[in-house]
Amino acid sequence: MDLAAIVALNVVNGAASLFLLCLGLAIIFGMMRIINLAHGEFVMLGAYAAVIAANAGINIWISMLVVAPLVVGLFGLVVERCLVRFLYGRLVDSMLATWGLSLLIIGLTTTIFGNTMQGVPTPLGGFAIGNYRTSWYTLFLLAVALGMMAIVYAVLRYTRFGLIARAVMQNPDMAAVLGVNPAHIYMATFSLGAAVTGLAGGVLAPVSGITPVMGSAYVAKAFITVVGGGAAIISGTLSASGLFGFINQLGAYFTTPVYGEVILFLSAIVLIRILPQGISGRFFKGTV
Amino acid sequence: MPISRRKFIKTSLSATAALASPAISTRYAFGSDDPIKVGSLLDQSGAIASSGVTMVTAMEQGVAEINEAGGLLGRPLQLIQYDTQSNIQLYSQYAQQLALKDRVDVVHGGITSASREAIRPTFDRFQVLYFYNVLYEGGVCDRNTFCTGTTPAQTVEKLVPYAMKNSGKKAYILAADYNYGQITAKWMTKYMQDNGGEVLSVDFFPLDVTNFGPTISKIQAAKPDLILSALVGGNHVSFYRQWESAGMKGQIPIASTTFGLVNEPSTVDASVSADIYGCYGYYEELDTPESQAFVQKLKKRWPDIPYISELTAANYEGLFLWAEGVKKAGSLDRMAVIEALESGITYKGPSGDVTLDGVTHHTTRNAYLAQVKDRKWNVLETFKAVQPSDTAMVCNLKDNPRDNQQYVIDIDS
Repeated sequence: MDLAAIVALNVVNGAASLFLLCLGLAIIFGMMRIINLAHGEFVMLGAYAAVIAANAGINIWISMLVVAPLVVGLFGLVVERCLVRFLYGRLVDSMLATWGLSLLIIGLTTTIFGNTMQGVPTPLGGFAIGNYRTSWYTLFLLAVALGMMAIVYAVLRYTRFGLIARAVMQNPDMAAVLGVNPAHIYMATFSLGAAVTGLAGGVLAPVSGITPVMGSAYVAKAFITVVGGGAAIISGTLSASGLFGFINQLGAYFTTPVYGEVILFLSAIVLIRILPQGISGRFFKGTV
Repeated sequence: MPISRRKFIKTSLSATAALASPAISTRYAFGSDDPIKVGSLLDQSGAIASSGVTMVTAMEQGVAEINEAGGLLGRPLQLIQYDTQSNIQLYSQYAQQLALKDRVDVVHGGITSASREAIRPTFDRFQVLYFYNVLYEGGVCDRNTFCTGTTPAQTVEKLVPYAMKNSGKKAYILAADYNYGQITAKWMTKYMQDNGGEVLSVDFFPLDVTNFGPTISKIQAAKPDLILSALVGGNHVSFYRQWESAGMKGQIPIASTTFGLVNEPSTVDASVSADIYGCYGYYEELDTPESQAFVQKLKKRWPDIPYISELTAANYEGLFLWAEGVKKAGSLDRMAVIEALESGITYKGPSGDVTLDGVTHHTTRNAYLAQVKDRKWNVLETFKAVQPSDTAMVCNLKDNPRDNQQYVIDIDS
């Protein structure tokens, strides 16, 4: 019984961290059709921002939840102004440019901070369910994922900015006719996506190995999840990260981590073959 | 006197050739003042860079010291190094370049076992002497190659019984999913069984796994007395952090064949690294005069240098072992140097006496068992002059000089 509870918790944790990792990408890719191959490096920058702030004496919670998204959001703003704004509608070019950007970020980070980095201790402790122990941090990640989901949903669904952003994504020309400057909306949305990604990096920092190349471990899974989820940002990403997190964690538990990854990628291939528009293209049409 | 254009060109060309001939003939015929070319292939960027960067400092320091002392055979050393960028394809490419274009006299390099197996055949084919100065899973048997780092019989064999004595007889093995991890896991299993222990499970992890939640639950379900880890790379450091945050720290001891080689004790929190056992050929904390002098030299030249581990010390010692071989042979001829090295060269380096074993082309060297305390390695036991007995079981280059393969231990469990 306690084992079942702990495995269930692992599954939920896997899904929650996947959701956090993908949400920013879903905003950028799902809304603007920019394939941001530097997504993993945005995660890495978030982790670095959190760790550096925490090591400089700033409260760990503020470092993770405020400093990391702020830094990466600002960085995203600069990237959008200098690079991405020339690439809207040019899918292949955007891949090439952001891949170059990812190499640049890795190189710069290595040059400035070196190959290894002093990490921060994981806050909160562990707790026991029966004979099994796990960390409170697992539950914290879940809470952050739920919180982010609520915030992004509320912003897109209930605010004026959300309405305008969705309108621009659907039909930029019509939105421009109605007096909206699409360039500003793109800029704000890209920056928002980067900030959400930075937050994911920040909260994952205490449980990850912090290196300049850590981003590459996340980027493939994040893309598969976003593509598997389809166009709807919240419902698509949520359903896909739930499904893939479930498959990956249970696969890793009942077989080995190697097969856990194999099963994950196999099921992603099958899913995209059956549902080329992603889960939300079939089941949650018209949702956010 | 009128000079035709044709005559002018003829005369000036022949004059140039005559003037240049001493340089050309010296270069190709005598070469007595030319530098000796030492090739080095190490990853200075990418995922393996955290290992490679400090190894480069050791090579540069070693070459500088040899040159300050007047070089080898009266000639200076010239270091030709390429950054292989953690990319196996670049290893193959630069290996060919070192062998064919730069025509180096020796190559020191390779970090992962995968990189070594990518370049070793190239140096065999083009007959360039090759030194691999990194601890690895053992078993390489090749007359052109010298492996100067520690092998499992020198480290794992000491680590497993010591950790068992301080915990219990049931172990859970976690290892990286490539040739180093796979073979090291076999050695761990063998030494567990040799000491009357039992292995509950062996789990392999691709290098990009970052979430160890399911594994930590599985370990708790299996209830081992001891965890043996051959996890590799920055992503796998997550295991130690997630283990600590689950409150498992102190409940089950961890012994590792990789933790601490690339600065881990100072990059994770003290509470994460505390009490982990390790066994390597060298630690920065060793207080012998040779070790302290070595550490001071590197820290003086590179004040920001991260932790100096066996990787760095063995790379330095590898260069000097080769230099001793050249001195003894009195020439740079490849076979003469190999035979000199096989005769039992000893160099007293930062880790103590390192002796090349002619039969296996591996080294007899000291091993040190240590435990992390407060971000530092606390050396608990010293094992003097440990033989590379794992490779010696399968490899005899004296009787079979033409042998060329990597043996993999076969454990019937």
